[in-house]
Amino acid sequence: MILLPNTSFIILKKFILRVGGACLVLFAATTLTFITLQLAPGDPVTAILGGSANPTPETIKEIRTEYGLDKRLIVQYALHIWHVLSGHLGSSFSQHMPVKDVLWQQAPPTLKLMLSSLLLAWGFAILSVTLSAKKPLFDSAFSSLETFFAGLPQFWIGIILLWLFAYQLGLLPPAGTHGFSSLILPSLSLAIPLGGFLAQVMRESFKTTLDQPFVLTARARGLSDTAVRFRHVLRHALLPGVSLSTWAIGALVGNAVAVEFIFSRQGLGRQLFLAVSMHDMPLVTGIILFISVIYVIASFLADTLYVIIDPRIQEARA
Amino acid sequence: MNTFSSAPQSGLSVKNLSVKFATGGVTHTAVHSLSFSLTSGEIVALVGESGSGKTVTARALLGLLGSNAQTSADQLSLNGQSLLANTEQQWRKIRGAEIGFILQDALVALDPLRSVGAEINEALTAHKWGTKNTRNEHVLQLLTQAGIPLAKERIHLRADQLSGGLRQRALIANALAMNPPFLIADEPTTALDPSVQVQILELLKQLRTAGHGILIISHDLGFVSRLADRVIVMHHGHMVEEGRTADLLCAPQHSYTRRLLDAEPGRRPPRPAVPINPTTLPLLEAHNLSFSVKQKNGTRKYIVQDISLSLFPGRTLAVIGESGSGKTSTARMIMGFQKPETGFIDFLGEPWSRSEKTGITEASRRSRRPRLAAIYQDPLSSFDPRWTVQTILDDALSVIHVPKTERLSRSLALLDLVRLPSTLLGKNPLHLSGGQRQRIAIARALAVEPSVILCDEPVSALDVSVQAQILDLLGTLQKRLHLSYLFISHDLNVVRNIADDLIVMQAGRIIERGSAQDILLHPRHPFTQQLVAAAQFIGDATGEHFS
Repeated sequence: MILLPNTSFIILKKFILRVGGACLVLFAATTLTFITLQLAPGDPVTAILGGSANPTPETIKEIRTEYGLDKRLIVQYALHIWHVLSGHLGSSFSQHMPVKDVLWQQAPPTLKLMLSSLLLAWGFAILSVTLSAKKPLFDSAFSSLETFFAGLPQFWIGIILLWLFAYQLGLLPPAGTHGFSSLILPSLSLAIPLGGFLAQVMRESFKTTLDQPFVLTARARGLSDTAVRFRHVLRHALLPGVSLSTWAIGALVGNAVAVEFIFSRQGLGRQLFLAVSMHDMPLVTGIILFISVIYVIASFLADTLYVIIDPRIQEARA
Repeated sequence: MNTFSSAPQSGLSVKNLSVKFATGGVTHTAVHSLSFSLTSGEIVALVGESGSGKTVTARALLGLLGSNAQTSADQLSLNGQSLLANTEQQWRKIRGAEIGFILQDALVALDPLRSVGAEINEALTAHKWGTKNTRNEHVLQLLTQAGIPLAKERIHLRADQLSGGLRQRALIANALAMNPPFLIADEPTTALDPSVQVQILELLKQLRTAGHGILIISHDLGFVSRLADRVIVMHHGHMVEEGRTADLLCAPQHSYTRRLLDAEPGRRPPRPAVPINPTTLPLLEAHNLSFSVKQKNGTRKYIVQDISLSLFPGRTLAVIGESGSGKTSTARMIMGFQKPETGFIDFLGEPWSRSEKTGITEASRRSRRPRLAAIYQDPLSSFDPRWTVQTILDDALSVIHVPKTERLSRSLALLDLVRLPSTLLGKNPLHLSGGQRQRIAIARALAVEPSVILCDEPVSALDVSVQAQILDLLGTLQKRLHLSYLFISHDLNVVRNIADDLIVMQAGRIIERGSAQDILLHPRHPFTQQLVAAAQFIGDATGEHFS
């Protein structure tokens, strides 16, 4: 009875800490975006005008006033933060439409791409590690394959896959955003190096776990080697993979830029690149904020997964 | 009490079993033509030190040796059926169902991420036993039989949520799931506290009565003597002696068996009592030390409460207690790594540690640090893995500002002191034996010319014969260098012939103190009496174990 309010207090405290942390991440992301764009060369006015030839000084001045670009930097920054806080992401200079609409349009293809790459990478890592770890010949063969995969650049895989499956064999579409078949090649380009990385960290912990006494106990029960690997050892090897996946969410967005270009896909990566090169401040902020939110959600999910995989973590935290 | 359903009658027979391991083209023979048999209702013990081949033998009986092992035998059979040509499929039918396997420590021998119930359940599903409901029912029954009260609630707990005794019982329940006629127990009590060891011992005896044939693998002749009907002594993969327990212990035939018995710490004479000279001042004094941690529900739990002790020059004060008794926390406070909540510590007549905030700083302790050295249970983890013996000693000598030119000769002198050859100087401790590593740790402790050495379970991880050597060395060094030891151990036998004074701790408090001889002969507190009884070796017991 006494425990109850106490536990709910702890949960509340944890919740506040987490939300506070998330806000801090989003604030930092917004500020960093502002600073980076200020330091970058180029003039947003050109972007706003959409490249129309030779604007008069009057037009430029008008636009500067309209978009608040004539104000002092600190004021611009304060306005920028205020807009983000009040939920006004504003309008994109380059797309001539509200940032919200751009996100609404561009986010789904990228999220699909990220999710399918993550699933493919996990699938490869789990199978490669579980079926080969500490088995003679297989271990070193698959371990080398993983290192090789981890070292491949995404854009290079993208080009090779495009050449082989789309142009030589004609099995899959070379470009496009819609349909399942257009998702396969871009996902593979992102998943292959990530799968290699994931497998490398999981293999290490998988091999350590295979030497644990409880594995011997499990085998002494009459369990088959495969059952021992999947039911016992794999669970222990998942944790490092989960931590790496949080990092991978960030890396996937970055790598999506190249892949979305190669396969002419719609998406946030490609859009972010265009927005940065055109000094489209509201759109860049919108996309960065969106990615930060994804990142915050991902790290929350990872923390939850940790506890599901290893309940001892929860007890150690409490 | 618990009742086990009776096991079917049968026999396990091994003739000329040899096991070889091939690693990188080099073949190493772990077991040389070993023969023995095990029938229902008897306990046979396979005793030997590390590297004797006892564990390899146990795994060979279950076909769990791995692909680089070559097993050959004239006979390896269960109930007349040969196991020699078994496929993996056939082995799986035997594991768990015909032969159960119990490992050392349930904390690591059961999957730490799963509940004990799920683990035992798996022992049933592996042999497609029953339905989901009957299995759950059976798991509950197994836990209860193994002596776990309130099994219904504990079935959902993981091994780390159970006490040492309960989780070892759960591990035994796991091995008994399919009611196998035979059990192999590999060091079933080694990691347990003495009082829990006695309980598990009783449980194994009950299983024998129920008709199970049990093969116990152990390094501990003392433990085995209380349990086994027959003992097989192994040394470097060879069986050196086999016989009925009483015969073998009372009249050992082989010189190695005699050596093993002599090394048994429980057989060694206690150190003669020398009263404390009333005029000498203690080197180290602790008064009313307490330390507590905050618990989940907000209350404070005392790890150490009101501990006072004095260590006099040239004497050994032993602190004895089971896990969780607070002995390690006391050691940390004495080393000055942990500030006490109340009380104070003086060292060399000056303040060493204070509970108050405006207490002693590490800087004021630094000049006296070399006078207090420490050795630990696992020396390997206290060495930098990239360092050689020479760098380890060099580093220690630099602490007391020995000039570089003198360090080599000092290091050689130190090695000589701990009776190690000078050729070890360039070696990495990783490639040394357990006993050699502990000698290096002692040499490092001596390098700073201490007055006091804190010995935290210094021989607990060593084989008995090596234990005896290290304890002898510590004794000799004490006389020669007039050292004082604060000796922390869970094992009364170990401190028997090194301790002058004794403190027994339980649940953070001192429950008995006095001269070591006095307490060992006339323990007053019931817990101490229990410890003394648990430590009693067959050699000086009344012989009740043979009845």
